[in-house]
Amino acid sequence: MLGQGSKTGKNERKGALMGKTLAEKVWDEHVVRSADGEPDLLYIDLHLIHEVTSPQAFDGLRLAGRGVRRPELTLATEDHNVPTLDWDKPIADPVSRTQVETLRRNAEEFGIRLHSLGDIDQGIVHIIGPQLGLTQPGLTIVCGDSHTSTHGAFGALAFGIGTSEVEHVLATQTLPQARPKTMAVTVNGVLPDGVTAKDLVLTLIAHTGTGGGQGYVVEYRGPAIEALSMEARMTVCNMSIEWGAKAGLIAPDQTTFDYLEGRKEAPKGEEWEAAVAYWKTLVTDDDAEFDEEIVLDASTMTPFVTWGTNPGQGVPLGASVPAPGDFEDATDQIAAQKALEYMGLDAGTPMRAIKVDTVFVGSCTNGRIEDLRTAASIIKGRRVAADTRLLVVPGSARVRLQAEDEGLDVIFKEAGAEWRGAGCSMCLGMNPDQLAPGERSASTSNRNFEGRQGKGGRTHLVSVPVATATAIRGTLSSPADLDTDGES
Amino acid sequence: MDAFSTHTGIGVPLRRNNVDTDQIIPAVYLKRVTRDGFADGLFAAWRNDPSFVLNRKPYDAGSVLVAGPDFGTGSSREHAVWALQNYGFRVVVSPRFGDIFRGNSGKAGLLAAQVDEKVVQRLWDLLESQPGTTVSVDLESRTIKAGEGVDAIEDSFDIDDYTRWRLLEGLDDIGITLSHEADIESYEARRSSFKPATL
Repeated sequence: MLGQGSKTGKNERKGALMGKTLAEKVWDEHVVRSADGEPDLLYIDLHLIHEVTSPQAFDGLRLAGRGVRRPELTLATEDHNVPTLDWDKPIADPVSRTQVETLRRNAEEFGIRLHSLGDIDQGIVHIIGPQLGLTQPGLTIVCGDSHTSTHGAFGALAFGIGTSEVEHVLATQTLPQARPKTMAVTVNGVLPDGVTAKDLVLTLIAHTGTGGGQGYVVEYRGPAIEALSMEARMTVCNMSIEWGAKAGLIAPDQTTFDYLEGRKEAPKGEEWEAAVAYWKTLVTDDDAEFDEEIVLDASTMTPFVTWGTNPGQGVPLGASVPAPGDFEDATDQIAAQKALEYMGLDAGTPMRAIKVDTVFVGSCTNGRIEDLRTAASIIKGRRVAADTRLLVVPGSARVRLQAEDEGLDVIFKEAGAEWRGAGCSMCLGMNPDQLAPGERSASTSNRNFEGRQGKGGRTHLVSVPVATATAIRGTLSSPADLDTDGES
Repeated sequence: MDAFSTHTGIGVPLRRNNVDTDQIIPAVYLKRVTRDGFADGLFAAWRNDPSFVLNRKPYDAGSVLVAGPDFGTGSSREHAVWALQNYGFRVVVSPRFGDIFRGNSGKAGLLAAQVDEKVVQRLWDLLESQPGTTVSVDLESRTIKAGEGVDAIEDSFDIDDYTRWRLLEGLDDIGITLSHEADIESYEARRSSFKPATL
């Protein structure tokens, strides 16, 4: 499982005449001010905000008597703490309602565009940016959310920030940032049928560990990355933070331009031509050097699932739960022991033998229309297993409406699944969509931390095909297992 | 932000690696719209266990947390920093921090002191064998000290120069940036017209 890939030696800092990596080009383009002994001051092109990490930032502005410098480079939505049932009624939990209403008041006071619950453009912040066409190559994009790396799929430099930084960006449209190191993750070969971008990134994280990317901006490249759709690229970049990377990006290409062309907020006419001409320069130069490189072979990858309590604790679906003794490092052994206890698993149990109570399809990792189409195509004509529940949560209101246009909601409901409104939902268990103590999930989201999906809940991170097949069989499964079952 | 120069307080050994911010404060505690009131959510799941270190005296009065590598990974929630501060922590010591957590700490005035993993091991042993031992941190000299005699531990810690300076001076980051307003304006004047606007 850990044998995949190899690391090349670390390069010395490059000389002035050498080419630049994609990340360096975007970085350099945004330096407002640079001085010895200080972080660079970077200009921020797009600032996305939501209800959970912004209220204290707006309070800070008011306390200091400051305004929002560029409201027109700011976009707000409601996603983390909104219900996915009865979303057209007032929010039942008064504390959650206060938080959402606080965002509405702040957006109004500071003149910021907000997509509220019920608005057609409401949804998970990392789904709506690309969907609107606001997420574009070469931009700097920040948000008070660690999965902001998602937008890197377009060749943007996008990263998560804390609330103090949210306040900083609101007040100045800039952010002081120390220049990160660069890393290339080159994925050669072709992903086998049924193996997805999610499996690719889970395989990578098992290889690097959760801290392997720390201090780096990562560029995903190579034939297996280029072959991915925009939505699949977003899945890969989304999980950059799960191996500690500051950001993850992919060079824009025709796939990117085709996705963006004609979107509501994408450039039009002559501006489109100018933009594409610029975007085409956003590639790593042939003579550029990365500080680090990891090489993986997609053709050897298989459906990949986690067994433990961090996204690096994963194995192929065909493998078994590892034993602490399988790990060389003493701290990994202790971590494995603790994870097995929390997850209620015995070493040596085949992953496929693990019974699952709840399946969650959704989140900024896998809550886009392609994900829902994949899930629907697998479950069509089949039923969710008797003791299992399947929760399908579209990433945005538009994804929900698109799916309903295509009849996907009917397929899900006929199969016995719950069809919900848009939001972060069970990915982080902040709204009522939570696991009960001891309940086990197969989840297309990004984090399997202890209690992430609800206190005492046990999470296995999986791809959309694995999630759907698991919902049908009640145990961790891939669609290939359905064929073996002899079902239609 | 208050200036930070030195701090001495009871050390709390948290013998865990990979303490992500969901462990530091679970999402259900993130609903408040203020920067205070998060102390109850700190390590909420673990605090149900009576033997958890913060449920034992004298550790419950601690202000220097000593944790394993990869402390503060995961979610960007600054509430994790506020929860630690609201509880009474001034310093967190770890061999490696999540990037966003480390940044948030520097902004909010919590000292994230990065030390060698061996130092953490020795601190854990000392703090467990002699509960109530204080740990002293000097930001000016970047040194950490604990214990006396043969058990004494003294080592250096890492923190980037800029964050150290800001903490020592208690400076408002936004104020510093706004002093460069002319640079921001000149950058804005040359931004491409095709870049998106939300209004």
